[in-house]
Amino acid sequence: MPEIFQYDFMINAFIVGILIAIIIPCIGTVVVLRRLSIMGDALSHISLAGVAAGLVFGINPILSAVVFAVIASLSIEKIRSKIPKYGEISTAVMMSFGIGLAAILSGFVSSANFNSFLFGSLMAINRFEKYLVICLAVVVLTVFILMYRALFYITFDEESARLAGIPVKTITMVFTVLTAVTISVSSRVVGTLVVSSMMVLPVAVSMQIAKSYKQTVVFSVLFSVFFVVSGLIFSFYLDLKPGGTIVMTGVISLVITLLAGKIPGSGRRKIALRGDD
Amino acid sequence: MHVLEVENLSFAYGENYILKDVSFTVEKGDFVGIIGPNGSGKSTLVKLMLKILTPESGKIRILGEDIRKFGEWSKIGYISQKANSFNSDFPATVNEIVGASLLASNGIFRRKPPDFSERVYNALKKVGMQDYGNKLIGRLSGGQQQRVFIARVLVAEPEIMILDEPTVGIDSKSEEALYCLLARLNEELGITIIMVTHDIGEISVHANKLICLGENGFTVHDTADPDSDRIISAIYGFSVNMQNRRCRNCDCMKRAGCD
Repeated sequence: MPEIFQYDFMINAFIVGILIAIIIPCIGTVVVLRRLSIMGDALSHISLAGVAAGLVFGINPILSAVVFAVIASLSIEKIRSKIPKYGEISTAVMMSFGIGLAAILSGFVSSANFNSFLFGSLMAINRFEKYLVICLAVVVLTVFILMYRALFYITFDEESARLAGIPVKTITMVFTVLTAVTISVSSRVVGTLVVSSMMVLPVAVSMQIAKSYKQTVVFSVLFSVFFVVSGLIFSFYLDLKPGGTIVMTGVISLVITLLAGKIPGSGRRKIALRGDD
Repeated sequence: MHVLEVENLSFAYGENYILKDVSFTVEKGDFVGIIGPNGSGKSTLVKLMLKILTPESGKIRILGEDIRKFGEWSKIGYISQKANSFNSDFPATVNEIVGASLLASNGIFRRKPPDFSERVYNALKKVGMQDYGNKLIGRLSGGQQQRVFIARVLVAEPEIMILDEPTVGIDSKSEEALYCLLARLNEELGITIIMVTHDIGEISVHANKLICLGENGFTVHDTADPDSDRIISAIYGFSVNMQNRRCRNCDCMKRAGCD
């Protein structure tokens, strides 16, 4: 057996990492295609503020992060519905609020503890966190599969979806809460600064080669798992921080796909060209 | 049979009345054009018919039922102005887009119907796009995309199709083809068509009824009425020359390039 699999903490890191790698791009595809990528960032920063609040007030930091993120995500949607043309303002405001609050609260907690949330601690997962991630993965995947068609319709054309009788408001709310919970739990594991990249990078790479929506989702998940597995292997053998290594694997893959798209006849899709009739 | 009845409909944004006491009926199989200058309330009227907006006063009945109680929205197909201003990099195939509409009309959380692929194919065939099922929507021309959006509506087998300026952003050849396609769907499938447009010339070829909205109220015309030019000119405030009167299976369809 290779050395990497001789340690329990590494096996746990792989299990939890792969589960998170499967669920984050499912959410990420919808988030990216609805052009809400910045929401991932905002929610992860709000989660950080929640973590800090939990540490200050002696509450389980994951729980406080989830509560903060869910409240923030619903507030973002509420503000967005009030000013639909400048909906991104609501996300930007929440992000600033999250960073500000996290910065203030971090002054009251030990920096080592706080850093572990900032950059994650994939190799120091405890039993509670492992089972929490397993439960989260089951819930996210079940809800995502159930809402797959409706999410596709809403993401492509919200107005027509509403007229077609799809309960747009309810589905958007469920999805928003799911996003918030996923981001806050994943933040603990892979790190606040890493989670939003994991939401966007695999989808960005997948969109360069996918030829349908279904393929975009499937390829995003495959790329994400590849980034996590290779990132963990690199970090183990090269003694690097896992969160950062996972993100760098993703960024390098995106650059390679974008460059490959420039090679004539590579068949990759840089941007959609109209009118090839 | 009346498929749409609008009675004394009024709508205002604040103090400013956009529509006042508008009344008309649409019969099954009608091809109705809603015309009028910018800001005359054409899109507002469509939004009221789709229950996106609520009227200040007046009544709307769709397929014989009060709009407030109406629930069979899958029988109403809607193509908005924004239909072709979607994100052209969206990674969805023509089949996925048309299929989503069929699933929604069938109940979005229910099982896929056994003849799902066949129905998607048939809807695409009606608009001549059956060979493009696996193409990404963003790779099609504006005219082709518009036909896919019509197939998306057709797959749910609607009784009424409402189109809000569907020709915005497509070239004149595709525009002509679109009118011909709608005329064919209207005639062959008996689908009632209600269309908002600025193109008075083209709509007067195909529509049998025109609803003209203007500052001084509204009028409803039969396009066969020889006085239409004068009345519509009065609404627009400048001379309007309608190309032809309604014609089906006749020379002017050919002249319009439908055959």
